Amino acid sequence: MDQKKVVIATGLIVGILSIALVIFGNPPNMGVCVACFIRDIAGALGLHRAETVQYIRPEVPGFILGAFIISLFYGEFYARGGSSPLTRFIIGFFVMTGALVFLGCPLRMILRLAAGDFNAILALLGFAAGIWVGLIFIRNGFLLGRSYKLNPGNGYIMPVLSIIILIFGLISPSFIFHSVKGPGSMSAPFIAALITGLIVGILAQRSRLCMAGAIRDIFLLKDFHLFWGFASIFAAALTMNIIFSKFNPGFLNQPIAHSDSLWNFLGMFLAGYGSVLLGGCPLRQSILAGEGDTDAAVSFLGMLVGAAFSHNFGIAASPSGVSINGKIAVIFGIMVLTVIAFLNMPNTVDAKRGEI
Amino acid sequence: MWQEVDARGLSCPQPVVLVKKAMETSKANLEVLVDNTTARDNIVRFSKNSGCKTDIISSGQEFIIKISR
Repeated sequence: MDQKKVVIATGLIVGILSIALVIFGNPPNMGVCVACFIRDIAGALGLHRAETVQYIRPEVPGFILGAFIISLFYGEFYARGGSSPLTRFIIGFFVMTGALVFLGCPLRMILRLAAGDFNAILALLGFAAGIWVGLIFIRNGFLLGRSYKLNPGNGYIMPVLSIIILIFGLISPSFIFHSVKGPGSMSAPFIAALITGLIVGILAQRSRLCMAGAIRDIFLLKDFHLFWGFASIFAAALTMNIIFSKFNPGFLNQPIAHSDSLWNFLGMFLAGYGSVLLGGCPLRQSILAGEGDTDAAVSFLGMLVGAAFSHNFGIAASPSGVSINGKIAVIFGIMVLTVIAFLNMPNTVDAKRGEI
Repeated sequence: MWQEVDARGLSCPQPVVLVKKAMETSKANLEVLVDNTTARDNIVRFSKNSGCKTDIISSGQEFIIKISR
């Protein structure tokens, strides 16, 4: 099957499964949301104490394990790292901050659009604008440096952590939190969510599905290849929402959303800006982490910690709107990413190293 | 004449950006080194979209993409 068919098929299946998980019990318009689910896991582990968003979401370890298994099968698994890991941690942190001010990762943004949540239009514009700004730096030589092959053991860490997280989810030890109300209390059956996560992980690894890459490649290369995946998710989710009477167009009273347009725009501006500097959206970082990319794993951990801080510091938005802390964090995050971008331009790299 | 582009260990979209810049600055054929299939596929797609012919030589985890213009 050629690559275009793979990416379209992946998008369609991801779109269908996302709505299916909502029908089976996941929160509305949150069949799959990488940012929300990492946030829920952070809460379940007690890294934040927002009582409504604590649950071991099996989908996320499913993405990582699905990518791990299929990359092993195709001989594409190999451990690598060393491309500015700490910088990637910080960028991952702020990608999550931006996503939680909007209330969703780029994938949930598409799912919200497909459910008629017009607030996601502003988010999409912001996401694209953030990618556009990041590309100014990339076109002028922004680089986080090369990664190098590592001992395979490094690549097994994220899959093993994923299995441990799944065991915590299954046996629910007393130190794991589980919301009794709010989005964290709403979930599809564990096994259905895990299987969906595995399928999405496998398909996303094969197709290289990436929400940030979809828009980036249009701006940079006029290449619509990844955008077909993006469009297919939208088309499948929209069709499913209409069939199951889940399409409610409008700005107001959308589930787990707010209507503060400026901050929907700026939140996803930050997420898009960070994603393009990292080389991929939160979903893509999870997939790469499963394939043995320890730099993507560090970005993932940055997102996990970012989610915890976003709730501990009152940064994350709620349906009632965006707090002053959230607004400050988004502006601060945009400034931090810009400083990082400048610090990683070619003229700031030590010329004596000979190469970047 | 072949110009070498070493794109090993670079994350997306850097490998394609390097190839694109090399194409813009010289008329030479390119020999691009990459170490993952994503970069390989992206460069092959970009080269074909730019009207170039590509040949791939695999050696273990690494690939050499020969781009003839």
